[in-house]
Amino acid sequence: MTQYRVVGTRPVRPDGSDKVTGRAVYGADVYLPGMLHGKVLYSPYAHARIKSIDVSAALAMEGVLAVVTGADLPPMTTDEIVQLGESAIGTRYMRDMILARDKALYQGHAIAAVAATSIHLAEMAVSAIKVEYEVLPPVLDVEYAMRPEAPLLHEDLTTRSLGQATGRHSNIASHMRAERGSVEAGFAEAHVVVEREFRTTMVHQGYIEPHAATAQVTADGHYTVWTTTQGSFAVRNCVSQVCGIPLGKLRVIPTEIGGGFGGKTQTYLAPLAVLLTRKSGRPVKLVMTRAETFRSTGPTSGAYIRLKAGARRDGTITALAGSMAYEAGAFPGSPVGAAVNVCFTPYKTDNLRVDGYDVVVNKPRTQAYRAPGATNIAFAAESVIDELAEKLGMDPLAFRLKNAVREGDLNTWNAKLPVIGLVQLLRAAMESEHYSAPLSGQNRGRGVAAGFWGNWGAVSSVHMVFNHDGSINVVEGSVDIAGSRASMAMLVAEELGIPFDQVNVTIGDTEMVGFANETGGSRTTYATGWACVKAAQNAIDNLRGRAALMWECATDQVEYIPGKGFISTADAEKLLTLREICAKMNATGGPVYGVATINAGGGAPAFAVHIADVEVDAETGKVDILRYTALQDVGTAIHPAYVEGQIQGGATQGIGWALHEGYVYDEQGNLKNANFLDYRIPTALDVPMIDTVMVEVPAPNHPYGVRGVGEACIVPPAGALANAIHRAVGVRLPNLPMTPEQVCMALVAKAEAK
Amino acid sequence: MARVWIPSLMRDLTAGDASVVVAGATVREVIANLERAYPGCQARLLQPDGEVQAHIAVAVDGEVPVMGLQAKVGQNSEVHFIPPMSGG
Amino acid sequence: MPKSLIIATKLNGQPVQFLAEPRQSLLETLRDTLHLTGTKEGCANGNCGACSVLLDGRVVNSCLVLAAEAAGREVTTVEGLAESGKLNTLQQSFLEHAALQCGICTPGVLIAAAALLEQVPHPTEEEVRQFLAGNLCRCTGYDKIVRAVIDAADRMHPEVTQP
Repeated sequence: MTQYRVVGTRPVRPDGSDKVTGRAVYGADVYLPGMLHGKVLYSPYAHARIKSIDVSAALAMEGVLAVVTGADLPPMTTDEIVQLGESAIGTRYMRDMILARDKALYQGHAIAAVAATSIHLAEMAVSAIKVEYEVLPPVLDVEYAMRPEAPLLHEDLTTRSLGQATGRHSNIASHMRAERGSVEAGFAEAHVVVEREFRTTMVHQGYIEPHAATAQVTADGHYTVWTTTQGSFAVRNCVSQVCGIPLGKLRVIPTEIGGGFGGKTQTYLAPLAVLLTRKSGRPVKLVMTRAETFRSTGPTSGAYIRLKAGARRDGTITALAGSMAYEAGAFPGSPVGAAVNVCFTPYKTDNLRVDGYDVVVNKPRTQAYRAPGATNIAFAAESVIDELAEKLGMDPLAFRLKNAVREGDLNTWNAKLPVIGLVQLLRAAMESEHYSAPLSGQNRGRGVAAGFWGNWGAVSSVHMVFNHDGSINVVEGSVDIAGSRASMAMLVAEELGIPFDQVNVTIGDTEMVGFANETGGSRTTYATGWACVKAAQNAIDNLRGRAALMWECATDQVEYIPGKGFISTADAEKLLTLREICAKMNATGGPVYGVATINAGGGAPAFAVHIADVEVDAETGKVDILRYTALQDVGTAIHPAYVEGQIQGGATQGIGWALHEGYVYDEQGNLKNANFLDYRIPTALDVPMIDTVMVEVPAPNHPYGVRGVGEACIVPPAGALANAIHRAVGVRLPNLPMTPEQVCMALVAKAEAK
Repeated sequence: MARVWIPSLMRDLTAGDASVVVAGATVREVIANLERAYPGCQARLLQPDGEVQAHIAVAVDGEVPVMGLQAKVGQNSEVHFIPPMSGG
Repeated sequence: MPKSLIIATKLNGQPVQFLAEPRQSLLETLRDTLHLTGTKEGCANGNCGACSVLLDGRVVNSCLVLAAEAAGREVTTVEGLAESGKLNTLQQSFLEHAALQCGICTPGVLIAAAALLEQVPHPTEEEVRQFLAGNLCRCTGYDKIVRAVIDAADRMHPEVTQP
């Protein structure tokens, strides 16, 4: 275990004091002179043809300075696929999502936007826009959407597949299959087989800060956008494509961000703000309401899942099979590919067949939500694995350990897994105090679940420059959602051997720093941190050159001892501290920089294992969580408090997903619970303290062994709670959320079956 | 020579083989050679304009290279065609 | 355009006067008129607590209070919790415990926690969770928030913890 000086400690984050005093500037906190307020007209219908849009009454209102519709988007020439935010989506689909063209495809689909001198005037102007709709029957269920008789959302959509092209028009946008060996042979060999179907409901990332964007343009056509986003470069790409603005004429400045979890990798308001500022000539600010955030931005998929697992009497899994259909929302691009990828990854098998279907429905186009696709499928897979273990009479962790994948075993796509920590995690769980603590009392049970997430690497850019007193200013382009600025400073301080508070980290906008992929996919400490380390090493090399200049020797005769200074291998007397070299920077050639860009590739994968103790009220169906432990392989914890925080936060979102949260639609496709009362995210009363156990199996390719931590923690909770409820009251719930109503109905059904 | 893992739905083109060995210094060359040995593969993997289909990502030795079809493929590389995946 | 009212109130200890339309909420005027953007809008219908302020010492959702209702009363926002340029014990405790991640709920949570510690110098974990149940946090899972509040209480009133 490497001993670090700064890494592994818990310094106070540099942006902290502004965040506890209300000074920090978030998306809605931007105010510019002469600013107009924008509002958006959203479709009230889930599925409708747009026959006409009449904005004349709105435009005629005093104080209304601009109105835009889909007709204001520059004409499309090609149907290029652009990798934007983190979901692949046809450029045409994306423009149609930003502002509807000829069809409204979900309640909350943006139809028009206005800019006015006050927010209240803007709201009134939106009401004055007359839209003629031809209402069409909505498709609201993924199973129905796949049937041949279901209405089609897109007349030109055919199923993409690596199989034979059928050319058949369908709501199934794509079909994929992962396979090896023979599942038929594997099931034939099994002594115990479990086959189940599951249904999960659409859920929202639930960030407390709604979307916001402010745009202004100079008289010579240079745009600036301030927005709350997980990726300023992704916003720049989107606005450039949608509004027809060259990248060099468009600056995107990220404000502080009040939560994203994947939902702010796609921008909805920035293109509208830009169109409105272009038309009105004045800065325009748009801020979503909570209801608009629920209706108009991307939640994650509900799904229909069928899984089958078989094992021999000795506990060896012989075959794993499954089929899953994920709701993409109005345009193709659900996370079903990742679902197929993670479904059974923790378990070794020679016989595997998993089918995934990406299906469009009349709901908002889904966006990433923390390990997109994984929570739904892990709920199903971990329930099935648990049932298998139970039928075999094996301890659920021991069963998982017996079948756990190790380095070199195959993932779903038949690629070899690298160094991973699942075995260590399962052992840590089995040896944990929680797992051996007695749990007595009526209707109480303990459940476990595992989870996997691949994580991401991708591109980051960093530059840093020394001040004359030896302190250093670092600029990087990764939006800081939860304290990553501090981790970057810690890595630089560690590399340079200087105190943490001598490192300033600024989050640069798109004109200050090179491209960075968005903050998400558990990539920031991994990839941007790696770039910071490389930039610090580059800075040291440059400083060594300055020392060589001052000592009139060769650079390769100069060494840097972090914490001590620069020494000469040719002359033991020579020593220059960092501060001394920096004081003389101007004389030796000017300020000293360190620069690095990185494409960190695919990222280092992570596993998680959770243990949950619950008590079920058999009368009301309420599930109380008595105790919760989240174990996770974190590689190396740079700032342990923030790693713990990620695990606790992800676990809590998973708990909400498991027990309380879900979109409720009526038959017309109206979202009934677009508010925080009826869309029920966990409150402080709904969760206990979340104990975390960080197992460190360093990622071998990363200079500090970092693994992304933000996502793996949301994968196991639903499965752990489902298994705990079963052990508490003897019912296996097949649907999410496992509300008190669901629990009661299952208990009643169980009693009636007796 | 690279080992190319054939997605299950494409194994009708390779007489059921789950992996085949194919020459090529870049991903593009590998796909072209795959097409020569097993006609029909290219149409399933690439769009008419020569770019990779939207619902696929190409992985070389476990990673999706940013160079895409231009990415180098080594002597003992493994190539997989997988769905695109994202984080949140 | 509706005629504005002149609202005279005490804000973070200082007397202020500002214009407000009858339909404007206290939240809207704090942010858009008085330039105090520390108080946040998360839902505008009293369900998330991000807009929490103290009105005559009592925690309210400022999105549910009309600006006009603040007339003649005392309003405390997050900006008024400590002297300018300083942090109070609660704020310091939040930073040390890493009790915030994105920070958007933090102003509201601090207001509610400050009010709690005024009333209950040594709250139990249960009492803290009960009192903060009206403040939604999506990032932290509440664990470190609860620990930070209890630790702040111990530091603010150490004499009571001595046996």
